[in-house]
Amino acid sequence: MASPLICVLDYGFGNVRSAVRAVEEVGGTAVLTADQATAEGADGLIVPGVGAYAAVMEGLLAVYGDRIIEHRLAGGRAVLGVCVGLQVMFEKGIEHDIETTGLGQWPGTVEKLDAPVVPNMGWARVEAPEESRLFKGIEGERFYFVHSFAAKEFPLAPQATNRIAPPLVTWSEAGTDERPDRFVAAVENGPLSATQFHPEKSGDAGLRLLRNWLATL
Amino acid sequence: MGVAIRVIPCLDVDAGRVVKGVNFENLRDAGDPVELARRYGEAGADELTFLDVSASAAGRETTYEVVRKTAEQVFIPLTVGGGVRAVEDVDRLLREGADKVGVNTAAISRPDLISEIAERFGSQVLVLSLDARRCREGTETSSGYEVTTHGGRKGTGIDVIEWAERGQVLGAGEILLNSMDADGTTSGFDLAMIRDVRAVVSIPLIASGGAGTTGHFVEAVRAGADAVLAASVFHFGALRIDEVKKAMREAGLSVR
Repeated sequence: MASPLICVLDYGFGNVRSAVRAVEEVGGTAVLTADQATAEGADGLIVPGVGAYAAVMEGLLAVYGDRIIEHRLAGGRAVLGVCVGLQVMFEKGIEHDIETTGLGQWPGTVEKLDAPVVPNMGWARVEAPEESRLFKGIEGERFYFVHSFAAKEFPLAPQATNRIAPPLVTWSEAGTDERPDRFVAAVENGPLSATQFHPEKSGDAGLRLLRNWLATL
Repeated sequence: MGVAIRVIPCLDVDAGRVVKGVNFENLRDAGDPVELARRYGEAGADELTFLDVSASAAGRETTYEVVRKTAEQVFIPLTVGGGVRAVEDVDRLLREGADKVGVNTAAISRPDLISEIAERFGSQVLVLSLDARRCREGTETSSGYEVTTHGGRKGTGIDVIEWAERGQVLGAGEILLNSMDADGTTSGFDLAMIRDVRAVVSIPLIASGGAGTTGHFVEAVRAGADAVLAASVFHFGALRIDEVKKAMREAGLSVR
């Protein structure tokens, strides 16, 4: 089988070189572009993102990232958001009292972490659901986080009567053991996945997660 | 849970070559930063720092190339410092594949550089590097520590604690506190200074300078450091990263 074509969305935010190389390292063919046809047609789309929520949203909209993501998801084609690329999938982000509308793929708000030391910077463990495909085989590993904001809740609760698979939410904690601040570390929801940490900066564990994602394509 | 204490080896790079020798077994090229970065990654380093000490523009160009090659091969965070003077320098380094950029002297002469970088790229890319020492006779600051430039050779009379606090307000995402008194002594970190800086900043604090034993790293963390950085003890093989982490784990600290 030919290696999957992964488009890393190039809209001026994020350490795109690392993302491209990490994809290649795990057997994907990476292309760095914001070209709409390529981004919509690739086997997988990675939406990177670092910096301010408002700036990232502005950058995304400038390359019609919202439409690209919508079109992909409507067709069941995989999207992986990373860091602020996860955050923009929520309804809104509040940074320094500025509220920015996100892509709204999921309900919920991204807000400031409540911890003695912020940014939350470094390697942390996560609690992944048993059914997770992304974390299969790497359950006990640590991943590299660097962020000051996060989604503390995931309000899209599955109903008991649902016939579709509920979103799988992986959690992590910032702060201290005595006063932890729990936040969404990753989501797997049909074709839409996202991680708050940087798989492309998380050493072997991160590469294995990317390999797991590629295996779902 | 929370994040683990980070252990960060620092490599001095001059015109694309590692300056201080590194004592790894079976190294093909002890002066190649890319190979060393990869080895440190395999050895369990949580991040890497390159300090560019190139004096010439041509040397700096070579460093950019090294950053690019490293980022392509080593999948852990990479900080690059040394000679960063303008927003454009940061832009270039991030494009080449650095995740964070260390700023030192240029921020002292023009503090607004900190906020300019933070506004454009976010605080998380900006490590404010402080070369600090206890005040010499004839200099006084309210904390008793002053910021130095030119690798610790020139005093500025700026108070270390006030500068750290101001750096955080201006938008630094992290502070690298390097004790110029302890640097190279292998007799331990300047714990009092770490405590004093910790007391005023809530951004991550990296302690540097003076590491000689695994116990020293534990002490620095207990004094308030979120991460520990060292150069020669790792390069010359006096300590291995896994030994440092083992000591920390045994002391009840969280490590990767």
